[in-house]
Amino acid sequence: MTSLPAQPTAKKLGLVIDLDICVGCHACAVNCKEWNTSGKSAPLTDYDPYGKKPDGVWLNRIHTFETTDEQGRGQTVHFPRSCLHCEDAPCVTVCPTGASYKREEDGIVLVNEKTCIGCKLCSWACPYGAREYDENEGVMKKCTLCIDKIYNENLPEESRVPACVSTCPAGARSFGDLGDPDSEVSKLVAARQGYDLMPEQETKPVNKYLPPRPRQDGRDSDKAPRMLKHADESTDGAGLIARWVDKVLS
Amino acid sequence: MHPAKSVIFFTTASGAGYGLLVWLAVLAVMGMLPGDMLFGFIAFGLGLGLVTAGLLSSTFHLGHPERAWRAFSQWRSSWLSREGVAAVLAFVPLGLFALTWIFALAPAQTAAMIGVVGAAMSLVTIYTTSMIYGSLRTIPAWHNGWTVAGYLVLGPMNGAVILAFLLALLGAFEAAQVVTIIAAVMLVLGLVVKLLYWQHIHSAPAVSTAGTATGLGHLGKVELSASPHDQDNYLLREMGFRIARKHAAKLRRIAIALGFAVPLACLLLTALLTAPLAQMLLLLVAVFACQIGVTTERWLFFAEAKHAVTLFYGEQAV
Repeated sequence: MTSLPAQPTAKKLGLVIDLDICVGCHACAVNCKEWNTSGKSAPLTDYDPYGKKPDGVWLNRIHTFETTDEQGRGQTVHFPRSCLHCEDAPCVTVCPTGASYKREEDGIVLVNEKTCIGCKLCSWACPYGAREYDENEGVMKKCTLCIDKIYNENLPEESRVPACVSTCPAGARSFGDLGDPDSEVSKLVAARQGYDLMPEQETKPVNKYLPPRPRQDGRDSDKAPRMLKHADESTDGAGLIARWVDKVLS
Repeated sequence: MHPAKSVIFFTTASGAGYGLLVWLAVLAVMGMLPGDMLFGFIAFGLGLGLVTAGLLSSTFHLGHPERAWRAFSQWRSSWLSREGVAAVLAFVPLGLFALTWIFALAPAQTAAMIGVVGAAMSLVTIYTTSMIYGSLRTIPAWHNGWTVAGYLVLGPMNGAVILAFLLALLGAFEAAQVVTIIAAVMLVLGLVVKLLYWQHIHSAPAVSTAGTATGLGHLGKVELSASPHDQDNYLLREMGFRIARKHAAKLRRIAIALGFAVPLACLLLTALLTAPLAQMLLLLVAVFACQIGVTTERWLFFAEAKHAVTLFYGEQAV
């Protein structure tokens, strides 16, 4: 059934992506590809992988943007883009077959590849480019929030997070229940003013993005930190002999 | 948006077919539809043939055409599903109309009434087609009332031009005259709707921008500095189609000339050149010009439309 759940789902599993931390290394995209090419969505087809025009299905893509303010000051922001598991997911309601659906129990948006006819309309309806068509399989592929990992009891508990989250070397990605105001991810969103992408599209994304922290460009902070001088004068942490020498000489 | 040939053929062919059937019902109600069996076979055959060919071609772009039957299930939420249901339902009164009229199985009045139901279902089907596009917020060039108006006018317009030719071809000149007037009115209406559509899509304020897509708008101008991949992917091939915008003005002139101006001139000339052969040739030119023009217009409708996802790939506003 491609009607959305009648009530907003109580549990809203999703990601919080910190644009202040992301270094644009693409590790999340690579691990996403690796996990999902052998998981629920397998295979994530590649076309011409070693040829001149390599191309293929990816569920996570990392863009890099540059912003320029009125004073001409620039800032580079790395920007991972994947399914936002929207509350009002337009990709679900446009589906003519019921293959595209939003789970009542946790809000994850999935595609049933056994009933998808590959009409691609869901990819037209999604403003975020979250759905990619697999030409070999003739069906749509999308982020499953690693449904075959987060509930997998064969894995140690700390591994039961999406592949993109467990692999991020910078800790820019968090996973949790954004429907629970007391969850770690909800607190993070509240503390850092997490926001929705394209709210004007009225999709009510579950995933949130945390903005880059304000740049520090007051006069003082332009200078190198004065820590070295402090370190030179301090004997904190020095050994007994060093402190005795310091005392004798000073 | 990538203009898939199958979808362009589907929407133009089925639009013209439904349009033709609508006017057949109108003529039947007016008591002007020829009872001639040959005309019946050709006119109903062409109308239903165009609709069927269009619907079949729409399944060609599917990844799994053998599962197409599943598309009838989600009419509660999906305009694509509603279109499938409406198209199948419309075949019932349209088929009955054709049979009762061609083989005179029922009084003309009864057949005409069945025809009216068929005409209404045809318009409903065209409406559902237009709403597949009109309901997509991600494509502002489609998400407006002019999309629906365009589909609802252009199909019947195209059908009227075809019917005027068929009537002249089979010697029903009186009915041909009436339909010629209808077609001329529809051509003017069609041109007005398309001109207003084009004016709307070029003057409407942007819905989404690179700033809202990334949420970085408060930091100033947002520009893509590195794409995730250096080759086109599915998203760019399907939704980042760029060729058309460069030629949009030229293509629009072609669409206006062939789709509306040439057919209208031909129809008006039939009032001066009353020889049957001249009328037939003029209407034949009108049919072909209109078909090419409407196909160009439909191609442009897809190719010109910007999708929100392109904001992540360097587009500034959609």
